[in-house]
Amino acid sequence: MAEPPIIVVGAGQAGLQIVDSLRRGGYSGRLMLIGDEKSLPYQRPPLSKQYMSENMSDDRLLFRPADYYEKKGVELILGEQVSAIDTQARTVVIDGQTCEYAKLAITTGASVRHIPVPGAELEGVCYLRSVEDAQYIRTQLSSGPQRVAAIGGGFIGLEIAASARELGHSVTVIEAQDRLMARVVAPLVSEYFGDLHRSHGVEVLLDAAVSGIERADDDSLIVDLTDGRRISADLIVVGIGSIPHSALAEAAGLTCNNGIVVDEFAQTSDPNVVAAGDCTMHKNARLNVSHRLESVQNAVDQAKIAAATLLGEPKPYEQVPWFWSDQFDAKLQMVGSSVGFDRTVLRGSIADGEFSVFYFNDGVLIGVDSVNRPSDHVTSRKLIANRTAVSDDVLTDIEQNLKTLL
Amino acid sequence: MPKVIYIDVDGERHETDVANGLSVMEGAIANGVTGILAICGGSCACSTCHGYIDEAWIELVGPPNEIEESTLELASERRAGSRLTCQIAMRDELDGLVVHVADNDG
Ligand SMILES: Cc1cc2nc3c(=O)[nH]c(=O)nc-3n(C[C@H](O)[C@H](O)[C@H](O)COP(=O)(O)OP(=O)(O)OC[C@H]3O[C@@H](n4cnc5c(N)ncnc54)[C@H](O)[C@@H]3O)c2cc1C
Ligand code: FES
Repeated sequence: MAEPPIIVVGAGQAGLQIVDSLRRGGYSGRLMLIGDEKSLPYQRPPLSKQYMSENMSDDRLLFRPADYYEKKGVELILGEQVSAIDTQARTVVIDGQTCEYAKLAITTGASVRHIPVPGAELEGVCYLRSVEDAQYIRTQLSSGPQRVAAIGGGFIGLEIAASARELGHSVTVIEAQDRLMARVVAPLVSEYFGDLHRSHGVEVLLDAAVSGIERADDDSLIVDLTDGRRISADLIVVGIGSIPHSALAEAAGLTCNNGIVVDEFAQTSDPNVVAAGDCTMHKNARLNVSHRLESVQNAVDQAKIAAATLLGEPKPYEQVPWFWSDQFDAKLQMVGSSVGFDRTVLRGSIADGEFSVFYFNDGVLIGVDSVNRPSDHVTSRKLIANRTAVSDDVLTDIEQNLKTLL
Repeated sequence: MPKVIYIDVDGERHETDVANGLSVMEGAIANGVTGILAICGGSCACSTCHGYIDEAWIELVGPPNEIEESTLELASERRAGSRLTCQIAMRDELDGLVVHVADNDG
């Protein structure tokens, strides 16, 4: 009988990286990658950016060409969902068929959070996670000038707003909190992006809670706000966060808590199962925190850790998180985490659209958000990783190169 | 269509057509050139598309701009000819370009 394979469930950024790292690390046994989407594994970040604004072709989204999988001896199964895992028998069920595994990696990602208001199911109300979602939005946007309402002023909502605006549509961003991207950036950064969007003609509504969505008499849509305001739209894109795909793991008895709980080696509560990417609540050994992240950096770096564990060469996850978002001509780059900051220091000029905000907790630099200052971002990655002490004098003086701190 | 010759991290040579306007990184991805990871998809945010432009081509390709220069600092083993391949758009002039892929998986 054939040896049981390593099975990777979820063919996205993390799943692809595990497969790649296993082969690069010398694993030559059977390897199976299973994904429920029809497309070959592809990148999501461009979906709200170039894919939308520049009509990028689908094949440019692919991580690897079609022949990669065969060349690497990867049994790729697409368009099929894994419906159950049995950690005792070490099997998974794919399309009604039971498959044995030697080791299992879960990289099932996350899905969009649905908006729980009346009218949410109306046609023209959509979300953005997959290439199919992006195709739908793009088709709508190419059918003539549209009024687009983006519900949720987070990264995805704002990127869609910028892309749609660049295409000439009229755009309204509807955010329930009193500022944009409130969960992750300082008020100053929120304000900058609010102004940026407004200066490009986007209407930005804050403190705007949605109570329902209706179909108007002329067949367009109306977003109702709790304060009585009504916003007309032809297309409504909802971006209000996401929910980890952990139900499958939970049903299998693996410990879950807002994601599949893994340690710093990407190990789940079962010794034969690792997990990585958006679906995990994971430990970062350097930052000494447990959190769930949704980023390319986390998917890739954690997948490498998971692969190392599968190869029997475990190393702890201690990469400092980083993230980027492109909106109009502003490049926002973030490193570390601002959660729990008690002090910020500003470097550069908000008016010129080139600045960085440094976040401290108890005197220690924990995170930096940079707008159009890539060199600050790059150096900050090192400063945070090395826990370098930094003085305000150097940070606030843009004539001084941050590299001198290293 | 202009051609690019990639020498990947394992020393393997890939000679392939890359359409004008696509980046040298995209040409590598579409042809499965080992070592070009490009995890940020060409947003000039990750440096994992780092390559060394062959000496004979350095001048024609030109130097990195300021943003790329900053991001390059994250790259492993910078040398003369170091470029982020996502920032080089293909054009006829670059027909025959030779790029040595850096070790981006370290
Ligand atoms: C529009 C958009 C823009 C983004 N922009 C950025 C950005 O600028 N920068 C950044 O760092 N990050 C960005 N992200 C986030 C980034 O794309 C994700 O963090 C990353 O894709 C996570 O990778 P993953 O492998 O964990 O999950 P995914 O890429 O979601 O892959 C999981 C896969 O598993 C499949 N799956 C789930 N359950 C099953 C099952 N039971 N059986 C089989 N298959 C299953 C899913 O369908 C999916 O294909 C963006 C995301 C989106 C949607
Ligand atoms: S692909 Fe990330 S910097 Fe080039």
